[in-house]
Amino acid sequence: MMEKMIIGRYVPAESLIHRMDPRSKLIIIFLFVCIIFLANNMLTYVLIGIYTFLMLGLSRIPFRFLYAGLKPVLWLVLFTLLLQVFFTKDGSLLYELGPIKIYEEGVRQGIFISMRFFFLILMTSLLTLTTTPIEITDGLETLLNPLKKVRFPVHEMALMMSISLRFIPTLMQETDKIMKAQIARGVEFSSGPVKERIKAVIPLLIPLFVSSFKRAEELAIAMEARGYRGGEGRTKYRLLRWKLADTMQLLILAILTILLILLRS
Amino acid sequence: MDISLQNIEYRYQAKTPFERLAIKDVSIDIPTGTYMALIGHTGSGKSTVLQHLNALLLPTEGTVVIGNHEVKAKQKNKNLRQIRQKVGIVFQFPEHQLFEETVEKDIIFGPMNFGVSEAAAKERARLALKQVGLAEEILEKSPFDLSGGQMRRVAIAGVLAMEPECLVLDEPTAGLDPRGRKEIMDMFYSLHKERNLSTILVTHSMEDAARYADQIVIMQEGHVVKQGTPVEIFSSVSELVDMGLDVPEVVRFQRSLEEKLGIKLGATYLSIEELSSAVAELLRGAPV
Ligand SMILES: Nc1ncnc2c1ncn2[C@@H]1O[C@H](COP(=O)(O)OP(=O)(O)OP(=O)(O)O)[C@@H](O)[C@H]1O
Ligand SMILES: [Mg+2]
Repeated sequence: MMEKMIIGRYVPAESLIHRMDPRSKLIIIFLFVCIIFLANNMLTYVLIGIYTFLMLGLSRIPFRFLYAGLKPVLWLVLFTLLLQVFFTKDGSLLYELGPIKIYEEGVRQGIFISMRFFFLILMTSLLTLTTTPIEITDGLETLLNPLKKVRFPVHEMALMMSISLRFIPTLMQETDKIMKAQIARGVEFSSGPVKERIKAVIPLLIPLFVSSFKRAEELAIAMEARGYRGGEGRTKYRLLRWKLADTMQLLILAILTILLILLRS
Repeated sequence: MDISLQNIEYRYQAKTPFERLAIKDVSIDIPTGTYMALIGHTGSGKSTVLQHLNALLLPTEGTVVIGNHEVKAKQKNKNLRQIRQKVGIVFQFPEHQLFEETVEKDIIFGPMNFGVSEAAAKERARLALKQVGLAEEILEKSPFDLSGGQMRRVAIAGVLAMEPECLVLDEPTAGLDPRGRKEIMDMFYSLHKERNLSTILVTHSMEDAARYADQIVIMQEGHVVKQGTPVEIFSSVSELVDMGLDVPEVVRFQRSLEEKLGIKLGATYLSIEELSSAVAELLRGAPV
C-alpha cells in the first residue's frame, strides 16, 4: 500500500554521497536550506539546479525510482505554482480570461518558489536516501553536543529519534498486516463514500496503538534489563570519520555560495 | 468453490530498488472440498501465495480463478469484495486484528460489513464462539481483557462468522499450547468436513499436514517443487530432509524400524494406529 513512498527511506548503494560523513551531510543540508534564499534570478536558480542534480547523480539513486516516489510531492509543487500564478497581482498583465488575470510577477514568483521548493525536497530526500537513520542520529548527536553545556538533553533527543526511526519500518509492516486483515473482513480503505472511509480508520488505528504501547513497554524492559542508564559515560561503537571528500563537498558548497552572492540581482 | 492459481508471479514493491520476487510460476488447483497443506522453509513464499486466494495481493503475472471470479495480472479487477466474502483468511497471530469494545461487536464486524443484519450476525457470533470452544459469557467482555489463547479464538470466530466457502489459514496455531493447538486444528477439520469447505493451511507442523490434509504442496524459494497426497510426500524422507523440512515422527519411527530390522513394510503409514497394526501383522506372520 505504501510501497512507493520514498520519503525517509534509505537506499543502500556504493556512492560518493553514501560514503560521506553524516555530519558533513547534515551541515551541507542546513547551509543549503539557507543559501537557497540567495537565489533571486534565473541564473542563480539554474546554478542551484545544476548543483542539486550533480549531487543526485553522484548518489547513484535511479531517477526512475526518485520520480515514482516523489510524484505525490510534485503535485504539491504544481499546486504552489498555480497558487502563485493566479493570486499574485504585480507587474504587467500577461493574460486575461474573464475573472482570471495572470500577471508577469505571478508567473515569475510561481516558477521561482516552486523551483526552490522542488530543490529543497530533492536535497532533503537525498539525505535520507543515502544515510542510514542510525548515521543521521549519530551525526546529529555529535553536532549538537555543545548544547549539553546549556543542559539541553542531546543524548535523550538522539535516542528518541533513533528509536522512532528504528520503528518506522516495523510500524509500516504492522499497518500493512492489520489493513489486510481488516480488508479481509470487509473494510474498504480506498473506495466508497468518504464517511465510510473515515470510519474504516478505527479498526486500523486501535490495533496499531495497542501493539505500539505493548512494544514500547517491552523495549523499556529490555533496555533496563541490559543496564541502560542514559548517556553518561557511554562510548560509541560506530565512530564517525571526517574524510577529504567531506571537506571537498563543503568547499564546493562554499564556491556555490560565493557564485550565488556574485550573480544574484 | 474451485480455486485455481495459474502461473502466478508476485513481486513485492515492483519497480523500486527494493523490488523482490517472492513467488514465480506457481500453479495450484484447489477443487471444492479439498484440504490442502502448504509447507516449505521460512521465506519460501507460502504467505504470499495465500494472500492471492482472496485477492489481498494481485498477481504481477498470471491468473487467479476463484469460483466464477477471475483475477488477472495488469488489469483493473472489480468485485474483489465478493471474493473476500467467500474466502475467509486467518492470519498468523490473528488476535492483532481485534479492536472493538466487546467480543460480540468484534465478531459481528465482518459479517455486518458484508451486509448481514445485526440480529443474524449476533446469532452467527454465538455459534462461532461455540465452535472455537469459548463460553457465551465472554461476549460482553473487552477482547483486550482476555488471555492470548482466548484472543486467538475470538479472532478466529470473527472469521468463521463470515461463513466463508473457503478457509485460508496461515499458521493459525503458532504460539499456542499443545492442547489448544489440537483443539483448534480439530475444530477446523470438523468444519471442513461438515460444510464441505475448501481449506488451505500453511503450517510448519508435518504432523498436522499428515493428519489433516488430502493434498500437500511443498514450496521452495518461491516455486512449487512437489505436490501429492501425504503418503506420496512423506514416502521420500531423504528428499524432504534435503529441502530442510521435517517428516512426521511416525514416519521417522517406521524408517528406523525398517533399518534396524532390515525389513520393508508395504507402505508409508501416517498414524500410530496404522503403523502399529502393520507391525503387529508383520510380527504375527513372521517365522519364529
Ligand atoms: N512486504 C514485503 N515486502 C518485501 N518483501 C517481502 C514482503 N513480504 C514478504 N517478502 C519476501 O517475500 C518472500 C516470501 O515471503 P513469505 O512471507 O511469503 O514467506 P513464507 O513462506 O510465508 O515464510 P514464513 O514461513 O516465515 O511465514 C520472502 O523472501 C520475503 O522476504
Ligand atoms: Mg508466512
